[in-house]
Amino acid sequence: MDLFLLFLAAFLVNNIVLLRFLGLCPFFGVSSKLETAIGMSMAVIFVMTLSSIITWLLYNYILVPLHLVYLRTATFILVIASLVQFTELFLKKSAPALYKALGIFLPLITTNCAILGVAFLNIDYGHSIIQTIVYAIGVALGFMLALVLMAGIRERIEFAPIPKPFKGLPIAFILASLMALAFLGFVGLFGLSL
Amino acid sequence: MFRHFVNGILKENPVLVLAIGLCPTLAVSTSAYNALGMGVAVIFVLTMSNLIVSAARKVIPQNLRIPIFIIIISTFVTITDYVMKAYLPELAKNLGVFVPLIVVNCIILGRAEGFAYKHSVPAALLDGLGSGIGFTLVIFIIGSIREILGAGTWMSIPGGFEGFKVFGEGFLNYPVLFMILPPGGFLVIAFLMALSRKLTGEA
Repeated sequence: MDLFLLFLAAFLVNNIVLLRFLGLCPFFGVSSKLETAIGMSMAVIFVMTLSSIITWLLYNYILVPLHLVYLRTATFILVIASLVQFTELFLKKSAPALYKALGIFLPLITTNCAILGVAFLNIDYGHSIIQTIVYAIGVALGFMLALVLMAGIRERIEFAPIPKPFKGLPIAFILASLMALAFLGFVGLFGLSL
Repeated sequence: MFRHFVNGILKENPVLVLAIGLCPTLAVSTSAYNALGMGVAVIFVLTMSNLIVSAARKVIPQNLRIPIFIIIISTFVTITDYVMKAYLPELAKNLGVFVPLIVVNCIILGRAEGFAYKHSVPAALLDGLGSGIGFTLVIFIIGSIREILGAGTWMSIPGGFEGFKVFGEGFLNYPVLFMILPPGGFLVIAFLMALSRKLTGEA
């Protein structure tokens, strides 16, 4: 039950994009088409789960015993960058279909601050390995939900008569604002807070 | 030389024009003080990493440059993180995970790759300062708007100065809480972006 609540908090109540402001670059960058939004979300789910597990193991079994905690920022970003590269190579060889689907989105993920952010949050919250996995999957699915919803709305407003200065990004920010307001409605669900 | 400095503030403002570095801009702009703290941290990291990258540009091999940039940047981020935790613990708590996340702020890697790697040390220094101040200006304006409307105060410092009461005492009981919550952040930046487009004659 605790794990379910953790998942729900990560997925809805503390939605990573709309309420925690992580991963905004891909959120606005690739949300103009539904198809690319789904591709990006799949890549994020895959990499976020994997990188959370690896950074957690690295932190608790290497950095802490060796008293190298101050190297956390540097090691995490390098591990994530190389992990993305390895994933790309591995998928190219072993799962060409999946590679083709994720394709161009994988390299973009290195600079997605949600990935590194979740790695830090898992440490700061003192999660166990099981909690880390559940939290990472919840956050990634929450990212997907927000991105897919946003892409759907942006496709619909493409031909709407928007005032000229608001075309493109500004109107997308207003949409995000309204979506965040809607997501605030989940606060209090099962007693979960922001 | 001076135009490198002005460029980052106005014509190539990282947040409003280039739309990069959005995550910290929205996440920590709940009050003017938090926003200023974040801005100063970014100015420090950006200027120092630009300085080192530019000074070492002749010894950094072309195909290894990105990982090297990241290590240089993360060194200064770690310094900032530890100094802030030691001397400004309240601010460090408010900014939370966004201090170590400066390392993936696209503005810093973007300036290292796009400018410092190809220019002399003084030019890179001015460019770093300019972009950093451009970022700080925007985040400070957003933080001020959100704090004034959402809390009724301006420049209040946790555990210190209680802030200027912009709309008088009465407003403090019924502020527009919406502005401090996440949706308010999105709304303010949307209007600022549209305003800057209108003013620069882009739209």
